[in-house]
Amino acid sequence: MAETIATPDTLAIYVHWPFCRSLCPYCDFNSHVSDHVDHARWRAALLRELEHYAELAGPRRVTSIFFGGGTPSLMAPDTAAAVIEAVAHHFILDEDIEITLEANPTSVESAHLAAFAGAGINRVSLGIQALDDAALAFLGRTHSAEEAITAIEVAAHTFERYSFDLIYARPGQSVDQWRRELEQAIGRTRGHISVYQLTVERGTPFYLAQARGDLVLPDDPVLAALFETTQEVLADAGMPAYEISNHAAPGQACRHNLAYWQYSDYAGIGPGAHGRITAAGRIHATRQHRAPEIWLHRVEDHGHATQTNEPLEPQSVVAELVLMGLRLRCGIDAANFRARAGMALDEAFDPVTLRRLEEGRLIVHNSDGLRATPSGRQRLDSVVAALVV
Amino acid sequence: MTDLSHIRNFAIIAHIDHGKSTLADRLIQHCGGLSEREMHDQVLDSMELERERGITIKAQTVRLMYSARDGATYALNLIDTPGHVDFSYEVSRSLAACEGSLLIVDASQGVEAQTLANAYLAIDAGHEIVPVLNKIDLPAAEPQQVREQIEEVIGLDASEAVEISAKTGAGIEDVLEALVARLPAPEGEADTPLQALLVDSWYDPYLGVVALVRIKNGRISKGQRIRMMATDKAYRVDRVGVFTPARTEIDALGPGEIGFITASIRAVADCQVGDTVTDDRMPVEAPLSGFKPSVPVVFCSLFPADAAAFEDLRESLAKLHLNDASFHFDPENSAALGVGFRCGFLGLLHMEIVQERLAREFDLELIATAPSVIYQIHLTDGTSIDLHNPSDFPDVTRIRNIDEPWIKANIIVPDEYLGAILQLCTDRRGEQIDLTYVGGRAMATYRLPLNEVVFDFYDRLKSISRGYASFDYELESYRQGDLVKVDILINGDPVDALSMIVHRGQSEARGRALCVRLKELVPRQLFKVAIQAVIGGKVIARETVGAMRKDVTSKCYGGDITRKRKLLEKQKAGKKRMRQYGNVEIPQSAFIAALRMDDN
Repeated sequence: MAETIATPDTLAIYVHWPFCRSLCPYCDFNSHVSDHVDHARWRAALLRELEHYAELAGPRRVTSIFFGGGTPSLMAPDTAAAVIEAVAHHFILDEDIEITLEANPTSVESAHLAAFAGAGINRVSLGIQALDDAALAFLGRTHSAEEAITAIEVAAHTFERYSFDLIYARPGQSVDQWRRELEQAIGRTRGHISVYQLTVERGTPFYLAQARGDLVLPDDPVLAALFETTQEVLADAGMPAYEISNHAAPGQACRHNLAYWQYSDYAGIGPGAHGRITAAGRIHATRQHRAPEIWLHRVEDHGHATQTNEPLEPQSVVAELVLMGLRLRCGIDAANFRARAGMALDEAFDPVTLRRLEEGRLIVHNSDGLRATPSGRQRLDSVVAALVV
Repeated sequence: MTDLSHIRNFAIIAHIDHGKSTLADRLIQHCGGLSEREMHDQVLDSMELERERGITIKAQTVRLMYSARDGATYALNLIDTPGHVDFSYEVSRSLAACEGSLLIVDASQGVEAQTLANAYLAIDAGHEIVPVLNKIDLPAAEPQQVREQIEEVIGLDASEAVEISAKTGAGIEDVLEALVARLPAPEGEADTPLQALLVDSWYDPYLGVVALVRIKNGRISKGQRIRMMATDKAYRVDRVGVFTPARTEIDALGPGEIGFITASIRAVADCQVGDTVTDDRMPVEAPLSGFKPSVPVVFCSLFPADAAAFEDLRESLAKLHLNDASFHFDPENSAALGVGFRCGFLGLLHMEIVQERLAREFDLELIATAPSVIYQIHLTDGTSIDLHNPSDFPDVTRIRNIDEPWIKANIIVPDEYLGAILQLCTDRRGEQIDLTYVGGRAMATYRLPLNEVVFDFYDRLKSISRGYASFDYELESYRQGDLVKVDILINGDPVDALSMIVHRGQSEARGRALCVRLKELVPRQLFKVAIQAVIGGKVIARETVGAMRKDVTSKCYGGDITRKRKLLEKQKAGKKRMRQYGNVEIPQSAFIAALRMDDN
């Protein structure tokens, strides 16, 4: 039987802004296009739901706030300011708090970056996705490569910390092309970059295109070569992967995302936001209503739009710890595992499976904890399945 | 009861598709057994499968009342027989119930392998045989040539063969007249103790067990107490009747007659086909000479595709067995495919038919292992075992030698395909016994090991000859063979369902083919997968499925771990269908696909 889980003293806060100017054909996040966003009502609702979660979580030290979306750079900067102020009101702010805003690199949004800095944002993550106009058009982005570079320059000028995203494994992309694009991007970084493989998700236009045969992604050997090239090029540039898709110079890792991967407590505010919050000795999984209008009405009527809030079974906690923790280069810390799962690492897994994966040099298991080797991270979905299925 | 001199009992024998069932329909129609409205094609082939494939599986009988040209009315008892070699056992017992046969030959096709096999069975049964040339309405009909063929290949006088078209109805009355004139009337005494041959039995959902009998002497009436001589069990007769073809109850059956009885018999197994039925109070001293019991010669294992359907499979096999006691089934447990049954069949077609009936009538999805024959394994300690399941194969050091069944096969084929057919026979270790030509067609007689025939021989024969070759065989003898058991190993662990017993000369090719096929089917894993074919400890073929190079979703899930965890939970459910081999897990579907490809 698992022990009761002690409530941690820290909390990360995620705030979801569900609106976009247009939808990208690959994106399956909770995004919606709307011309009539009542910013005052949305600000008030976000603040009310934050208050609800402040009561649930109790007194905590907040280590990060992350405005994600959707396109949160379309938010009114004073909404961000109000949320940050409210967090400061309900909680203690860590002196090193990281407050990130996801932003699209259009010229309009670049012009607002300074206002967001004034609101208290201290880090931006730009959705650059590609440095090639044809690739940007394919990905349904509304910005050009030139706008993207301007946005990076504005971010570099406005914020001490910034990052941007790239998407690889586009149709027809060769390893050489990708290497050149990556090297070009490295020159624009300041210690952090996220590189995601293009995946086709159900319910997206790309899914339909792929089903019809109109979209053909690179095959497995090419995917593997692209992944390996990414690892190699970015490590050489001093930004090794600290997580499957995230690369940073020492000390530049995104603290908010680390909270997910280390399976710390986080509150999710806004439509469709997810949270993990410890209460009464159990870790609870929370999810807010996805549909923006329904979310808004529920919050106005009930103070929150929580759709689920359920304690997780010990086996689910173990699965989530592994799912998230093994994505990190440093892996799962034994003490953290025990604190979050309420059981020791050694008790949680089949020793034969552990030994088999170790002999295959896919994982390293010792008294410090459990981590995947580079080869194991490259095949992490199967490694995780072997461990927890 | 009909006077003996006005009874004729006959069977119709033919190669498949030569028009046996159509002729039976015509005879029934001519004699008024069914009105035009009741008539539908091939009334005697009552099973859906029989009608669809145009073959007869179970023997059927019908009594026809024919007003002959001589002014008298005759009772003609027709037994419709299966044409295929697998059912030669059913053919012989049907033949034992009659005095003569109509041998149907398609006048456009000529004598085929089953024509020959069935004609010999009828000759062996002492029958008077009336050759009938069917389909004379076809432009391609060559009645004169076919007459010569019958005389040369079978050795029957065909000068008085009846020319008919079962399709148009031409010549039907000539057939009936030939039956009356040329077939002998049955013999027997009415006033002696009952002596009847149990020709067939089946389970009817309304009547229970029904027994088909041919009365030799005495009579059988409703209410009579009868005794089955082999099982030594007594019953009271509930019903006596004949099929016209509608089931018609009558008071009694007398000598020379064929009909059915029911007697509150619980199981088909209590009605041993070939048994002698006698009167319980006045039994005859000696039973009639019966038949050899049918023995399965081809075996395979059947597994439900969905393990949860095992009980359904058991029940369905039991139900099917009520009507077809000739197949055997015993529970079997396979590490690769789960629980299922080891089944024995009379032949390949029989195997196919049972599988198809299970699929169709009981809605079961089945996986069948490669068919096997019965090997006689002589051990060094002087004992012998009969073995049909490769998983029961003893340690090679204990084996002195292995005998395998050989068959004598007749293949009749148009000239132009003969070369390829002879090559196929040679490839399959065949020994030529005879080769004759009759009118543009060749008849090759070969001795072949049965295990070479159960492995896709028939399919190859058909494809090489574009469907024109016909083939029939009989089991001949057991002969010593250089046989080995080939095991398929996955990362060192044997996959029981894929083991096979083959001739050493073919072992490498067969082993390699299976390894190559599996390589295509086994998904890439975290670790490389070695697929080996081995004989004892010796590797004869090897293929490797390389480890997967990349399998990670690099997408950022944000805080939404739930979706990913739910995916894992789904995988957990799928794990039940995975089989662990060393450090890798192989989906059961890979083995299923490997076995399915065997069929093609």
